Amino acid sequence: MLDAWYQLLSTMPFGWLEHTFMKNALLAVILAMPLFGIIGTMVVSNRMAFFSDSIGHGAFTGIAIGAIVGILKPVLATILFSVVFAMAITFIKNKSRTSTDTVIGVFSSTAIALGLVLMSQGKSFNKFSAYLVGDLLSITPFEIGMLCAVFMAVMLIWLVYFNKLLIISINPSLAASRGINTMAVEMIFSAVIAVVVAISIQWVGILIINSMLVLPAAAARNVTTNVQGYHVVSIVLALCAGVSGLILSYYLNTITGATIVLIAAMMFFITFALKNKFAK
Amino acid sequence: MSETCKSKNNCTGSCCGVCCTKIENFNVQSGSTSILKDVNIHVHCGELTALIGPNGAGKSTLLKAILGEVKHTGSLNYLDEKGLRSSNPLIGYVPQYLNFDLSTPTSVLDVFQACLIKTPAFLYNPAKLRQRVSQALSKVKAEYLLDRRLGALSGGELQRVLLALALEPVPDILLLDEPVSGIDNSGLEMFYDTVSTLRKNYDLSIILVSHDLEMVAKHADRVILLNGTVVLSGAPAEVFADRRTRELLGVPSGAVQITAIPPVKGGLIDA
Repeated sequence: MLDAWYQLLSTMPFGWLEHTFMKNALLAVILAMPLFGIIGTMVVSNRMAFFSDSIGHGAFTGIAIGAIVGILKPVLATILFSVVFAMAITFIKNKSRTSTDTVIGVFSSTAIALGLVLMSQGKSFNKFSAYLVGDLLSITPFEIGMLCAVFMAVMLIWLVYFNKLLIISINPSLAASRGINTMAVEMIFSAVIAVVVAISIQWVGILIINSMLVLPAAAARNVTTNVQGYHVVSIVLALCAGVSGLILSYYLNTITGATIVLIAAMMFFITFALKNKFAK
Repeated sequence: MSETCKSKNNCTGSCCGVCCTKIENFNVQSGSTSILKDVNIHVHCGELTALIGPNGAGKSTLLKAILGEVKHTGSLNYLDEKGLRSSNPLIGYVPQYLNFDLSTPTSVLDVFQACLIKTPAFLYNPAKLRQRVSQALSKVKAEYLLDRRLGALSGGELQRVLLALALEPVPDILLLDEPVSGIDNSGLEMFYDTVSTLRKNYDLSIILVSHDLEMVAKHADRVILLNGTVVLSGAPAEVFADRRTRELLGVPSGAVQITAIPPVKGGLIDA
């Protein structure tokens, strides 16, 4: 399947597509960016930007644990730990009356400290510093396959749970009166965020992963009035930022993830300026 | 309070042919503090029961307990016209306020779609649903709001949209948490008029948490004074005339103008 992709791209007259790593990276961008765009819509609507940021920190610890325990592939350990981490935050947030900010802050800082302690053991920290910024060009065919599987799973979950998530984002009591198990749905959503963040963190980097989730959706909010428009614009902006960021980074010799984020940020400011024209 | 609820004809029996809702021995604890204790309320169809009480009396908590959102002991029983019991009646709920982001790109139609059907709202709005929602909104004279963004509605408009949403499908019990602010007087008047009409047309049991005593005096059939437990329950005129109401709510006697006194049903019940 990947061969067909390579063949298709080799017919294109673009210099930047000559290398196999760029072909892989382009495929990864086309799969990952719409995911960020879609999930981002609810992350922003539910005011979970801080939450998704902390998942990045949780994933960081997952990487360290994975490297030390070494039973699973590091990426699987990362996914596992991130999901547990995300669900623990959601559970405690729902069960206690401590403010959400505090709960997330406590978990987030504990995770990052634990990750740093584990990684600094034996002075092997440099090995991990790549995860801070990520490297999209290093993606392997196996990882693309995994990304593809996650993509399909998230789409399926989105089709089933989106309506419930939307009502919860508007008012949890209203959702409860409609027979929705708000905690279960929130758990599922937090697990989805965790998986997407964990699997992307090695290419995007812990420092900017959250911007990928937040920026396209935040930009789309500026110019849309219903959820269909919100999704379409968020996905399109995410894709455009991803592809153009990839190409730019190739020619400018810059970090791909950060270049994508800068373009997405630019899109946010442009849509922000157009706000009064579109979103009445 | 006796097992049977007092009915319009004062007969005994399960519910005398009309449906009713019995809230029995509701207790809500939060940590070591008791928020609600031994709350017993009987509500008949076609009646608007107003819950009044000072801040922190547990009014909103009671609604959340009825919704099952707050953990509680005690039972909620709904009996329909045939006397069939159901502990899971269909509940419509109008929240006091929506704590949503005002910039959220969600239309009124999207919210209805998310509540009513399985088709994910982000794909498309089915034409059939559009018609149904338009009809639902017409009950509260708000058809024109169908495609408006939720955050662009005024307080009164939002309240009417939420009311229409709570009535789709027509519930067994309607719970209303009146907003404290954000709605002007004419908006509030319109809201109450709509609720009154709906109560008659659909024979709804309505429980309303209210802070506007004049509106309560004008529209409620029964008033329940709540302060951790049911302090008083009866017709508006009686409850407002009672010393305890004045003490708990701090209203001087005669401050509440009771313009239209609904017929007294049952009597004043001390709890």
